[in-house]
Amino acid sequence: MLPSAPLYRLGIIMSLDKETVKNIANLARIKVADEALEPLAGELSGILDWVEQLNAIDTDGVEPLASVVDVTLPRRTDVVDDGGCRDKVLANAPESEDGYFTVPKVVE
Amino acid sequence: MSYVIPGENGDWEVVIGLEVHAQIISKSKLFSGAATTFGSEPNTQVSLVDAAMPGMLPVINEECIEQAVRTGLGLKAEINLTSVFDRKNYFYADLPQGYQISQLYHPIVGEGTVTLDLDDGSTRDVGIERLHMEQDAGKSVHDLDPKRSFIDLNRSGTALMEIVSRPDLRSPEDVGAYLRKLRSILRYLGTCDGNMDEGSMRCDVNVSVRPVGETDLRNRAEVKNVNSVRFAMQAVEIEARRQIGIYDDGGDVAQETRLFDSVKSETRSMRSKEFAHDYRYFPDPDLLPLVLTQDFVDAIEAELPELPDARKQRYMSDFGLSAYDAGVLVAERETAAYYEIVAGGHDPKLAANWVITNLFAVLKDKGVSISDSPVSAKELSGLLDLITDDTISGRIAKDVFEVMVETGKDAASIVEEKGLKQITDGGAIEAAIDQIIADNPDQVAQYQGGNEKIAGWFVGQVMKATQGKANPGMVNKMLADKLKG
Repeated sequence: MLPSAPLYRLGIIMSLDKETVKNIANLARIKVADEALEPLAGELSGILDWVEQLNAIDTDGVEPLASVVDVTLPRRTDVVDDGGCRDKVLANAPESEDGYFTVPKVVE
Repeated sequence: MSYVIPGENGDWEVVIGLEVHAQIISKSKLFSGAATTFGSEPNTQVSLVDAAMPGMLPVINEECIEQAVRTGLGLKAEINLTSVFDRKNYFYADLPQGYQISQLYHPIVGEGTVTLDLDDGSTRDVGIERLHMEQDAGKSVHDLDPKRSFIDLNRSGTALMEIVSRPDLRSPEDVGAYLRKLRSILRYLGTCDGNMDEGSMRCDVNVSVRPVGETDLRNRAEVKNVNSVRFAMQAVEIEARRQIGIYDDGGDVAQETRLFDSVKSETRSMRSKEFAHDYRYFPDPDLLPLVLTQDFVDAIEAELPELPDARKQRYMSDFGLSAYDAGVLVAERETAAYYEIVAGGHDPKLAANWVITNLFAVLKDKGVSISDSPVSAKELSGLLDLITDDTISGRIAKDVFEVMVETGKDAASIVEEKGLKQITDGGAIEAAIDQIIADNPDQVAQYQGGNEKIAGWFVGQVMKATQGKANPGMVNKMLADKLKG
């Protein structure tokens, strides 16, 4: 199932309310104190309003720009030339055992 | 015959769409140079890109691009010359990036078709909505410790194709036929090994029900964790019955993600997913759009192997096989290759019968695949040589085949050792017939009195007397001549 296009793509900008900010913070796993939600909603709405000015520009018939320099997506050939560095991969892990990362239990 | 489930107030139709995740066959990962081999020691096939260390950048594997295009062409689908990678954001312990690189808005492959081969020999087309490339996540192991989960990132970053069907399937049988056909196509193409046991092909099943005659789609449940064809078929039936029960009780089915539990034969709600529906997709700023040339696509198309549908048609038109037999033989590339060796220089229908009836029975009995067959294609072909040149009869051939399975010897030496060569010497057969006629005057009288059915008994006696080695055609003819006097 495909979600609908994000609202900003449709040029519809809502000013954010407290609940939305709380939800976004939760999705991003950022802890925001309750008293900070209201001011944050105001600040984020301000940013969105500022960006929204771009909608005033007529872009009919203009190709979307993926890069400002004329380059194409670089590709690699299919060879194994990386990996095999478990010690490095695990070096910064707070906890590991038997070559695995270990984390607090996550079960459905 | 259509599949309906009776409810309290009438019959229900089941509407199913499948999302299949197929692991692309490639040596290295989609965006890194780490290996993709299954079953290696944990975290030994992880590059710093796969572990999402800061500053690492993804570089796309061109083999994976070719494989996705190849698969799209095999599904008779349109190839999008421009596609774009997006980030699908969510948090999970085995997803170190905090997002999966996928293709939401502009997939590499658009609409296509898979043709189902149904049990009655008929076919039906199922629409493919899209195919896109994405990264696989790592693996969490939950049973090593009561309080902790163990994370292995070997699979992290491996290339997947997500193949989404239209909601064109209507029964568990359809689901089975679709998965088997899709797997067959992927294996012919060499783009995915289709091994559901090792998780290189996984599927999510979208199920909804509606009263027969209704045309609108109702709310559907997405059933996850379905890791075999049989489970997918079971999950459809179980989930459909659950939904019908809710409607019968006057309730409404919630649009949600559910988990299939094959042990308890039930599906249950995955509550943890409730809040995660907003994946906040956006184009991945680390990757430019993937732009292909038509020449690139054409070059891949020119090299496509003969696919199961084309091969099935060829077996039907060139070999005169039935749709069913042809379908069975082409389903696996290995079976078709085996069959073609056996059929070489022989009657193709005889070869088909031997493979489908005798060989398959042995494989089933021994629980092995055709690649591990105790009798090789060349050896079976050798047996058919002996039938074709009348060295042995078809009946004796079955005995020889059994010995081949047990001993691994070739047909010619078994026939030689056991003296099973067919008796085509008219004199020897005649002598046996004369003896039997002389020994059994009663039966001869019965035959001559009009009981022609007893001819079969005489054939049996002659075969017994010759240890089954007499040429059956000659026995029949000579017996009839003698008995009629």
